[in-house]
Amino acid sequence: MITKTVKNVTEACKGVKDGMTFMLGGFGLSGIPENAIAELVRLNVKDVTCISNNAGVDDFGLGLLLQKKQIKKMISSYVGENAEFERQMLSGELEVELIPQGTLAQRARAAQSGIPAFYTPAGYGTEVAEGKESREFNGKMHILEHAFKADFAFVKAWKGDTAGNLIFKGTARNFNPNMCGAANITVAEVEELVPAGSLDPNQIHIPGILVQRIFEGEKYEKRIEQRTVRKR
Amino acid sequence: MALTKEQIAQRIAKEVKDGYYVNLGIGIPTLVANFVRDDIEVEFQSENGILGMGPFPFEGEEDPDLINAGKQTITALPGASFFDSALSFSMIRGQHVDLTILGAMEVAQNGDIANWKIPGKMVKGMGGAMDLVASAENIIVAMMHTNRAGASKLLKQCSLPLTGVNCVKKIVTNLAVLEIKEDKFHLLERAPGVTVEEIKKATEGDLIIPTEVPEMSL
Repeated sequence: MITKTVKNVTEACKGVKDGMTFMLGGFGLSGIPENAIAELVRLNVKDVTCISNNAGVDDFGLGLLLQKKQIKKMISSYVGENAEFERQMLSGELEVELIPQGTLAQRARAAQSGIPAFYTPAGYGTEVAEGKESREFNGKMHILEHAFKADFAFVKAWKGDTAGNLIFKGTARNFNPNMCGAANITVAEVEELVPAGSLDPNQIHIPGILVQRIFEGEKYEKRIEQRTVRKR
Repeated sequence: MALTKEQIAQRIAKEVKDGYYVNLGIGIPTLVANFVRDDIEVEFQSENGILGMGPFPFEGEEDPDLINAGKQTITALPGASFFDSALSFSMIRGQHVDLTILGAMEVAQNGDIANWKIPGKMVKGMGGAMDLVASAENIIVAMMHTNRAGASKLLKQCSLPLTGVNCVKKIVTNLAVLEIKEDKFHLLERAPGVTVEEIKKATEGDLIIPTEVPEMSL
């Protein structure tokens, strides 16, 4: 068995430098790599490019890196819940590339799978298609989108083992599995790290081959963005 | 009387058929789930990764690992499944989802839709909307007929940045049900008590009016 365990988040983030490109899993605040984000804030790496579906909220998630002006460029599909983000974007401090959500997922998946580019109908005839090759298939227009290139992918799973195998929970799964193996180094943080052999191989969502470093997160706040309930 | 947002959702719910997998956008579309008949089987997909989405949880049972595309806490119904974002959009692009219901800022008579950006004012992003409108066979737009300033949202041509081209086929507004055919709006039904004249006045795009325009039933 090949062991992927590292001691802690500091060891997991070794090699992180200014100017790098990071992919981060999560949808809204669900399934975000909270511990890795806290470490990136502590390390104070600057001028980074972040590929993440959302940009967190003002005081949590990627919003923490935005507050400290560590991010040079964001590649996201939806950034609606973050006032500081909007301010930096409108003032030109922050470069932003907005792309369709399915395209974001597929560009990660393409990077994971060794597929350099693919055609998708999403965005044809819109700003998103500007400067991109387009081509007709079966009577419908498509645009060419490229696989992401990133230095680190930071993902969060529910359970993992020392071999790097991962199991996700609920809708916290989202982009996390697609980003595993999509960067030079994939760092997985989990709520519960168990010895290899204790997870049922039938239940594993992502095999350890796609993960270079795994650690158990010290704590998870798991903040809820929109608490909606019904009466009993 | 023009319809309320709930009534728009109620009218759209009648378009949801037995056996449909349905994707609901944020806003009025989310309300459609409340009005779907009990005697048909329908599953709601939320593009962040759930099929078989249920109602909001009871107080105290909220789970941060269980949300919808609007980031609201939800529940999973029996038979539900969770999946990653790539697979979620395979369902959408691969046309496995039968019906997409979403909101819009503008719709043009050729089926173009704009709903993600107001240059210089509001940039929230397209989320999954571009993937949805580019692929779905069956798209219903749920929106108010006019904007807050009273200007028509059914136009000859969209003025805002587009989300998709030639994709909208049906629109349900607070005033009417319309269909888009041959680059024109076709009036199908009017809201109870709303006159054809009122609808005509609120529609900037070309509107085809048949001799009989029935009142919609909710």
